[in-house]
Amino acid sequence: MILASTLTTNLAILVLAGFLGFVVISKVPNTLHTPLMSGTNAIHGIVVLGGLLLLGLAGLDGLSKALLVIAVAFGTINVIGGFLVTDRMLEMFKSKPKPKGEDDGQGGGS
Amino acid sequence: MNALPLATSFLQSDNFIYVLYIIAFGLFIQGLRGLAGPTTAVRGNRIAAVGMAIAVVATLLNKGEGNWGLIALGVALGVAVGVPAARQVKMTAMPQMVALFNGVGGGAVALISWVEFRHQGSTYGSKTLEIGHQVPGGPVVGTGVAVHVGGVPTYVAIFSVFAAIVGSVSFWGSNIAFGKLQEIIPGRPISFGSAQQIVNLVLLVLALAAGVDLVAGAHSELLFIGMLVVAALLGNAVVLPIGGADMPVVISLLNAFTGLSAAATGVALNNPALIVAGMIVGASGTILTNLMAVAMNRSIPAIVAGGFGGGGAVAGAEGAGEHAGTVKSTSASDAAIQLAYASRVVVVPGYGMAVAQAQHAVRELTKELEKRGVEVSYAIHPVAGRMPGHMNVLLAEADVPYDQLKEMDDANPEFQRTDVSLVIGANDVTNPAAKNTPSSPIYGMPILEVNDSASVIVIKRSMNPGFAGIENELYYDPKTSMLFGDAKSAVSEITAELAEL
Repeated sequence: MILASTLTTNLAILVLAGFLGFVVISKVPNTLHTPLMSGTNAIHGIVVLGGLLLLGLAGLDGLSKALLVIAVAFGTINVIGGFLVTDRMLEMFKSKPKPKGEDDGQGGGS
Repeated sequence: MNALPLATSFLQSDNFIYVLYIIAFGLFIQGLRGLAGPTTAVRGNRIAAVGMAIAVVATLLNKGEGNWGLIALGVALGVAVGVPAARQVKMTAMPQMVALFNGVGGGAVALISWVEFRHQGSTYGSKTLEIGHQVPGGPVVGTGVAVHVGGVPTYVAIFSVFAAIVGSVSFWGSNIAFGKLQEIIPGRPISFGSAQQIVNLVLLVLALAAGVDLVAGAHSELLFIGMLVVAALLGNAVVLPIGGADMPVVISLLNAFTGLSAAATGVALNNPALIVAGMIVGASGTILTNLMAVAMNRSIPAIVAGGFGGGGAVAGAEGAGEHAGTVKSTSASDAAIQLAYASRVVVVPGYGMAVAQAQHAVRELTKELEKRGVEVSYAIHPVAGRMPGHMNVLLAEADVPYDQLKEMDDANPEFQRTDVSLVIGANDVTNPAAKNTPSSPIYGMPILEVNDSASVIVIKRSMNPGFAGIENELYYDPKTSMLFGDAKSAVSEITAELAEL
């Protein structure tokens, strides 16, 4: 129907997502930047979808298949590793009620 | 939208998949919003992870999906490597870990683009990569874009080639960054000297030329591989000359790059989840990179263009020569007395503290001081540790109360009424040269103004210069005393001495 509709639709999504990214993320406080970097890092692991989609194509030769298996493995490392590591970091913030103050003995073994 | 002969049921499932993708990226955005506060961050991360799971499931629902054994193999390999790595990595090694995870993401993008190219070349005239309207071997359908390269619209080829170049740069650049932070590769800048910029430029031009040629219709896989290799060399050539101190900025930049390349892959594959997720990462990575660069008083182009200014480092060394006055060293018991009789102590932790795993020992020491009525806080430089917020993570791990952590802007005015500043393994971020010595390469970098306090104790392994390779004037200040030794044992000794007072 409309010429180049897929491209223009996708470009619109691209531009809007870019602005949204700026807006959502500029509010994150400094202290959370490392977990944020790690978290966004996990999100771009979504490229794994590309590997999964292409593996669904017919007529892939051996090399293509091998490359895609590596790509899927890489993407999975990126996603799973990224989310787990971010979770580990953030757990440490969460377990911290604000006024913990002076003396709850055990701290963390040295 | 298209005239698929296979019709309705497929269209329905396409729409269903699309809806799942919309839910997925909605969750990504909601998750990132959650990351904005310490209380909601854990949930935010998990929400994003759920979004990812939905996106993966939606993709597997795709009607053309096949090769299940290979998919399982790839995922199993990824899980086998990723899960233990994420579980076991030390908090101090987090920047490297992020670099590595980022690198494999970039690698995945490059490999995917490569396969796209292989596949497009072999199926001339079909729109196999228009996922969702895909008819293997069938006629051209869908968008009606007039200009085609080997059967796909030109823009698909452009985005795919862009993703390949950026993905390859990101993969190799991240690996070098990992190597440097892990100290497999020397942290010092490694470069071709003045020819560096020219080499980088030539590599960039070569990669772009190959890309343009491919988009214009050069059906040569060899050229594509050549382009990947040139981009790989570019990734190496750009990151190798950058000093270890700038590495966080580089990782953040590469993180943004990988995001952009993922978004480009999304356009090439017509996949909205990839586009949104990739672009959001691209945007956030850019902001984060900029914040880090500002905190270090470095401009991103200057970092990318070359190492920590070869000439600048020499000037720094000369500057240090002038200051090479007397360094006063102290003992653990003297330090303990000094601290015990202070009314206000500020701990300035740096990466050295983290490396020595001294954060728990430091927490013990500050507890001991608090028992004696000493007011204790921690002054955190934005790039303390190796990334913004890295030090907060490390201290949180040691159960330091959140409200004792002071950001630089809040901490600096308070040094003037501080009796003792205890600098543990921090160096460049306390160097007054950043304020006083225009010839210093770190001149203008915001620092913690430790030299404003009444006295300073620096715990440091040796007089070796810090990550930036610059002598620290602070150590030659008459009110500074140096306690040489491993941060952890030195702090424990002070605590022990304190207990006996």
